[in-house]
This record gives sequence, structure tokens and C-alpha cells, in this order.
Amino acid sequence: MATLRVSVWRGQESGRFQEFEVPRQESQSVLDVVTHIQRALDPTLAYRFSCRVGMCGSCAMTVNGRARWTCRTHVDKVAVDGRLEIAPLSNLPVVKDLVTDMTLFFDKWARARGRFRGARTRRDDFERVPPDSAARRLADAAIECIGCGVCYSACDVVAWNPDYLGPAALNRAWTLVNDARDTDNRARLAAVAGDAGCHACHTHMSCSERCPKQLSPTASIAGLKRATALAALKGEF
Amino acid sequence: MKNDFRARNHPAYWAFIVHRVSGVALALFLPLHFWALGQALHGEAGLESFLRWSDQPTVKLAEVALVLLLAAHLTGGLRLLALEFLAWRDWHKTLLALAAGITAAAGLAFLLNLT
Repeated sequence: MATLRVSVWRGQESGRFQEFEVPRQESQSVLDVVTHIQRALDPTLAYRFSCRVGMCGSCAMTVNGRARWTCRTHVDKVAVDGRLEIAPLSNLPVVKDLVTDMTLFFDKWARARGRFRGARTRRDDFERVPPDSAARRLADAAIECIGCGVCYSACDVVAWNPDYLGPAALNRAWTLVNDARDTDNRARLAAVAGDAGCHACHTHMSCSERCPKQLSPTASIAGLKRATALAALKGEF
Repeated sequence: MKNDFRARNHPAYWAFIVHRVSGVALALFLPLHFWALGQALHGEAGLESFLRWSDQPTVKLAEVALVLLLAAHLTGGLRLLALEFLAWRDWHKTLLALAAGITAAAGLAFLLNLT
């Protein structure tokens, strides 16, 4: 049976790659490989996953140098000469082996005012949002984020400026800027307009290049750049 | 963990590198440019001797490189403005190809004029 030679990061910020040999199987995903290692070769290996079908955003890792969702990444697509290198996501603290601490990543969603704030209560009627309205289309283009952290891990600006809110948080803010029901936009635009906000983006487009959902956080960030510039010209903050 | 070149190896990142490197190179060239213009302040002869010196083939080739840098920086900047200020569409690789093509054409046109 063909085998795959897999280098897996062990340790925390300091550590080393450990070599494993994993049986090659048809339609094998990178998550299958990591699971095989933990269940059959070394039960002390730490990794994180949940749904296994590309919905939960838990299993992102760095595979052969690029951030990817491992459950939907076929070994066929990424193995080079029968070799895989699997490491934790970049730009996040490593808890153990392939598990990163996502706290700061999600704290930044809160800092970007990524929480919906509406004016209606449960006793009010539904707000009617035409699906083909310009704002709803912009929100739809960015709404499918699963919070996997791939964009954040791929972004150089996050590495250069640890306070930078990052592509996912800014993308979330942009969906709310385009949400007709939301009432917090002035504060949201102020929150994303600072040194660590949308204007820090260098348009490397690594986030858009690597997003497993084919979203374009760069587009959302460009939208925020325009919206914040317009709000500043109107003297809103 | 930090990313290495594998994470950065995609067209838009290369465009960023070209834009940044061309910008820094042009900024370094500017003092030389002003110094050359300043030769005219010392009289016609000073500028004339500099212009004769600049007729050397190696200097001319350096001028081609300069034109390439200018064209790359200009088209790279226009690409970013189009991406970020016009309505978003899936054209960033088309814009990149246009910027690269116009840069190459500008360099070749300048090179043809040298002969």
C-alpha cells in the first residue's frame, strides 16, 4: 500500500516537526490524515475539528505552507511527492501541536463591532429587506464566512501589526454596514477606521486568495475604506 | 508560527512587491534626478557634459529600467485605485495582466526609441 510521509508540528511556539508514515487512501482528506495519526500512531497529538463537512471552521491548519480547511482539502491536491507538512495556523498563539488559541481572533470581531444591533423587538413586525437591493447583495457576497481563521493566518498585515483587526472581523463589519436593520453603523465605522482598521490593509489579497469559501475580504475592506472616508467627509466621526 | 514564501506566492502579492520595490527605487533615484537638473544652475557646460556622459549605452539601459520602474509603479497604483474605488468585480487578475502588459509595452517602446 502506498504511504504518505507527513511532517506534523509538535509543541507550542517552539517545537519541531515529527515524521509519520500514513497509509494512502482514495479520496483522503488532510483531516483524515491527522485523524489517522492521532488514532493509530500517536494519541497525544492535539488537533481541533468538529463538523468534517466545511461548515464549522474548526479544522484550519497550515498545509505545505498555506492555510487551508483540512476537512475539505484532498491529499491529492496538496501532497508534493507523497509528502505533507502540517502545522498550526500562523499569526495565532499555539496551544499545543496543531491547536491554536483563537481568542484574539474572535475578540477582534467584537472590537470591529461585529455584533448585530437592531431597533426592533420581538413584538415588532419583521423588517422587509428586498433580496435584490444593492446593500443586501453586498452583504450576501460576504455573509458565508465560517470563522475558520484562514484569512487571518494568511494576512501579513496581521503579522506586522498585532492590533490589526484582520480580514475576517472587517468582513463581518462590512456585512453589518450593509444590513438595513442595524443601528450601530456610526460607531462601527469609527471602530474600523483607526490605525488597526481597514486602512491598514495593503491589498496583498492573501485573504481572498486563501479563503476556503471563496469570499473576498479584500472587497469588504475596500468597501469599508470607501464608507469610512465618506463618513469622515460628512463629519460623522 | 510565521508564514514563509509559500503562503505569499500568488499574483496579488507579487504585484505588491513590485509596487513597493519600484516605489523605493524611484524614491532613491529622485535625488540623482534633481542633482542632474541642478547641473544646469552651474551653466550650460556642466549640464552638457552630464548629458554627453548619459549617452553611454549602459546609462541608456539604466534609463530603460527607470522607465519600467515608473510604468510599473504608475500602473500598479492605478490598479489599486480601480480595485478599491470602483464597484467590486472579479477582475483583479485582469487588472494585473493589464498593468504588466502596459509596463512591458512602455519599456519596449522606450527601448525602440533608443536605436
